[in-house]
Amino acid sequence: MKELRLMKGNEAMAEAAIRAGFDGYFGYPITPQSEVMEHLQKERPAIRTGMVVLQAESEVASINMVYGGAASGKNVLTSSSSPGISLMQEGISYIAAAELPCLIINVVRGGPGLGDIQAAQSDYFQAVKGGGHGDYRLIVLAPSSVQECSDFVKLALELANKYNNPAMLLSDGAIGQMMEKVELFPQQPRWTLEEIRKKKPWATNGRLFNQERHIVTSLHLIPEKLEAHNNHLQAKYKEIEKNEVRYEEIKCDDAEYIIVAYGLASRTAQKTLQLARAEGIKLGLIRPITLFPFPKIPISTYAEKVKGFLTLEMSAGQMVEDVRLAVNGRVPVEFYGRTGGMLPAPDEVLAVVKNVFKI
Amino acid sequence: MNIEMIKPENLVYTKTKLMTDNALSYCPGCGHGTAHRIIMEVIDEMGIQEDTIGIAPVGCSVLAYEFMNIDMQEASHGRAPALATAVKRLWPDKYVFSYQGDGDLAAIGTAETIHACNRGENIVMIFINNGIYGMTGGQMAPTTLPNMKTATSPYGRDVKEMGHPLKMTELIAQLPGTYYVTRQAVHKPANVRKTKKAIRKAFELSKENVGVCFIEIVSNCNSGWKMRPNEANIWMEDNMFPFFPLGDIKVDGQLITK
Repeated sequence: MKELRLMKGNEAMAEAAIRAGFDGYFGYPITPQSEVMEHLQKERPAIRTGMVVLQAESEVASINMVYGGAASGKNVLTSSSSPGISLMQEGISYIAAAELPCLIINVVRGGPGLGDIQAAQSDYFQAVKGGGHGDYRLIVLAPSSVQECSDFVKLALELANKYNNPAMLLSDGAIGQMMEKVELFPQQPRWTLEEIRKKKPWATNGRLFNQERHIVTSLHLIPEKLEAHNNHLQAKYKEIEKNEVRYEEIKCDDAEYIIVAYGLASRTAQKTLQLARAEGIKLGLIRPITLFPFPKIPISTYAEKVKGFLTLEMSAGQMVEDVRLAVNGRVPVEFYGRTGGMLPAPDEVLAVVKNVFKI
Repeated sequence: MNIEMIKPENLVYTKTKLMTDNALSYCPGCGHGTAHRIIMEVIDEMGIQEDTIGIAPVGCSVLAYEFMNIDMQEASHGRAPALATAVKRLWPDKYVFSYQGDGDLAAIGTAETIHACNRGENIVMIFINNGIYGMTGGQMAPTTLPNMKTATSPYGRDVKEMGHPLKMTELIAQLPGTYYVTRQAVHKPANVRKTKKAIRKAFELSKENVGVCFIEIVSNCNSGWKMRPNEANIWMEDNMFPFFPLGDIKVDGQLITK
């Protein structure tokens, strides 16, 4: 039987974390994502599944608890919002370098600086291009509904464990706060000791007698070794790009123009499509679901067929750079964005479409 | 040498198998090597090597995992108590210890140190205090003594300008989450024996889930202090010990009143 609930995006992610079989959550309150830890604490996951939930003293401590927990072979996550995620960047770099699977949720708010507490998409660069120091990538999933908030928590854990890589859910303040119907997936068991030993043989959780001991570190003092490690990481990212691209396309088959938008902005774009089609304008939508790996190939393929792209973002223009790289100058790639927590309206976007493409 | 003497029954001392054969990266005369060895001896003697996870810091002992032959994680600067917290909470039956210097534990990691102590995490925290940043070449540390010369206090630490040395161990002993807090040294055989006893006590207590067991080891840094090893030890006794007096600070959750 389907288990349907009316939930906030933040609550759905918390509930999904319990159900996906996570072993631990470490976080620090920040608006607009505090419901994640609130829901977890209210649900008593220690009793439900044995999951550990701990409120840390800062985001710096949270991400390093995630590092320790992940290094010990457990499935762990944290959540925060933009300024808190900035604080975590050092730790995320260490986690990526040490190839530790884990989940980081960013419920993005307006920036830069303290910004505001409304929805924004201005952390795209930080999430997709690295964020911390060094050459590394996160697997980045962008939910556009409360349903996807739930589903992607489970998916992100699977992908993180598949590639021994940190994964990020890039949500935003509106998806985090809005309530929608969500079908919850059934409870998955937490990994047993045998599963941990089998699936994460590198973990530091106390060696069995006569078994080789393990070290988790991101330090490689010999340049040749560090370069070899970096090459290994880059090869892994290429593999992720080959296997894990996820996107949705709507009405692209006959489209003359395509909007590229992810997350909340893609919902504005969907409504814009309806308005445009009612006026006979052949507008399509490509919604990247994975922001890394980015759906370069579908965008590149449509660049042969359409007259132009419009990238719609709740930022001053970040993903548009990746769209332009994929299109590579073949057709115009225009941009429209609102920032600071302002949401673009469908008629406003349609007016932009007509204006920039001179329809 | 009398070959006849080399028999198992005549063996009075051997290197613990929980120290690897890697050559220590520490300067000759440094206390880190001794501190490493006695921690590993305790783990060996307690037979808990397959149940212990250590957290290494950033600083001179950043490579502690190359020498300690157990499961180890290498933390970022100052965050070892956060890693240790998570490992212990997720593996409550294991022994977890952190190993940090004064820059790591008492400067950049102050928040993690205080809050891990205040939460009463059931971990062992080892704190090597030599009053200087050794790894980066002898800069002023949070525990650098007043008027002490370092690379970043070349005319001596002026406490009016540069602040006062931080007695982190006394500070965390005030917190209800700490159970056993002691300050020791490893520069003389008697001190080594006392420190080893304290480490053993800390590991035994950590099994009882009574809170943080915290051992400060006041150590030398002959390279950073620009002294010969023996001079450094004498200087430590004359200058460090009066400011950082050795002995138990908190036992069985009770502060020692002197």
